[in-house]
Amino acid sequence: MTDTSLPQRLERPTALSFLIYAAVIIVMLWSFQGAGFSVDKILSSPPRFADFVSRAFPPNVEPKVLLRLFWKMVETLQIAFAGAIIGIVLSVPIALFAARGLIAGQVVNTSVRNILGFIRSVPDLAWALVFVVAVGLGPFAGTLAIAIDTIGFCGRFFADDMEAIDKGPSEALTATGATRIDIAACATVPASMPAFVSTALYALEKAVRSSTVLGLVGAGGIGIELKVGFDLFDYPTAMTVIVMIAVVVLGIEAFSTWARKKIIGEQR
Amino acid sequence: MTLQPDAKRRSVTAGVHRTPASPVPLGHDVTVQGLTKSFGTTPIFQDVSFRLATGESMALVGANGTGKSTLLRCIVGLIPVSGGTVEVLGQHVNEATSRDMRRLRAQTGLVAQKHNLVPRLSVLTNVLHGFLGQHSGPRYWSQSFAPAAARRAALAALDKVGLAHLADRRADRLSGGQSQRVAIARALVAKPKLLIADEPCASLDPSAGEEVMDLFFRLMREDGVTVIFTSHHMEHALSYGDRVLGLAGGKVRLDATAQSLSVKDLRGLYD
Repeated sequence: MTDTSLPQRLERPTALSFLIYAAVIIVMLWSFQGAGFSVDKILSSPPRFADFVSRAFPPNVEPKVLLRLFWKMVETLQIAFAGAIIGIVLSVPIALFAARGLIAGQVVNTSVRNILGFIRSVPDLAWALVFVVAVGLGPFAGTLAIAIDTIGFCGRFFADDMEAIDKGPSEALTATGATRIDIAACATVPASMPAFVSTALYALEKAVRSSTVLGLVGAGGIGIELKVGFDLFDYPTAMTVIVMIAVVVLGIEAFSTWARKKIIGEQR
Repeated sequence: MTLQPDAKRRSVTAGVHRTPASPVPLGHDVTVQGLTKSFGTTPIFQDVSFRLATGESMALVGANGTGKSTLLRCIVGLIPVSGGTVEVLGQHVNEATSRDMRRLRAQTGLVAQKHNLVPRLSVLTNVLHGFLGQHSGPRYWSQSFAPAAARRAALAALDKVGLAHLADRRADRLSGGQSQRVAIARALVAKPKLLIADEPCASLDPSAGEEVMDLFFRLMREDGVTVIFTSHHMEHALSYGDRVLGLAGGKVRLDATAQSLSVKDLRGLYD
């Protein structure tokens, strides 16, 4: 006879799942302790935060300051665009070597993917520090940092995009006797283009966000103004910088969303 | 030279016919001997043998899962065989290097069930890609850079399938029937000696399907191309094939001239 009774609302955990829950809680408490988590500090922070806000408002809108910050923001965007464009362009050939079953063998695929993994594992600020040492202070170091960070991001995702496309057109060209490079150029890359555009626009958003803080380590852009503002307790100017960064980043995100819809829209 | 298996030579077993093997005559474009294919431990077909003469058209029929598409892919070396030999246009496919295979494929064409055009590229560029086996490199990647003669040949191939007026349209803006016509133009542009067609009208409505099949075989016969095609349409197999090869239970159960067969004979393969 079929059992028609309702199952229990809550299942009794097995010994193994009980141990896993306990381990997760222990790791969480251990992490909070190591991270200096303090309820006292949280409770005492609102007055200090309110003090910062009261000293930062109104933001500094002196024309001379605004003009200086405007040109620093322009430089920030130049670093972001130049770095992202270099990174996106270089990512395409790199991704061709990273994508499995395309133009290179398994050893090359794995090696290139490992190198891309290493690039991604190093934060953009660390790359900026490395390039400041290599090419000196200034926006060029920031541009190189953004470029390498973009290669790590786009190289991997472009490769994943190319592996995921419909293999029909590639097979049709294989059957004509086309070489692997011909097939990649004529079938794989054109078919992956909508995914490339989407990934590239995310890379551009990421580059703009990153470029706003590269100045903290001397790699150019508006970040240096933020650092100087805090170092000199010039909170109104620091607040102006924060507002400018927020406006620009939100603007770039809105542009990216619009462009993604416009360029690839219903074709994905 | 056209192979015409004698109907009298056919042995009749449980309603299906089989032609015994005979010596290889000259003028055969495809010779398959004892071909076996398995995926892992799952056998797809065993001991498939047939020969196809130059200019002949062979229909490959059988129920779903009998390995028709797999057999076609084995013939052009798109997937490796598990046993037996395949010789196409004088080239032993099993022993061929990558370069040999590219050279061989440059003389063959493939029309799949799904047209397999590159969606974002123009119709003319898609047709031009049919030349890639003969002319590798960036000049043949896009119609924008292609030599004038190649562009003209691609347009002429499109004209043959009645779509020259859509040369600059994007491939993903075509109807199913138009896409399949472009795929035929791509397969024919480089003047192949052998054409493989895997259910070329399966994704089309009956009227577009008839149109595509008529066009396809008219062009094949004009150019004297050898054709192997698969189809579930028994009428298509009998009217467009000079010969019919039937697969059932992983073996060849039927190999005879289309003239000597009726729809009833083919139905036995689906029982």
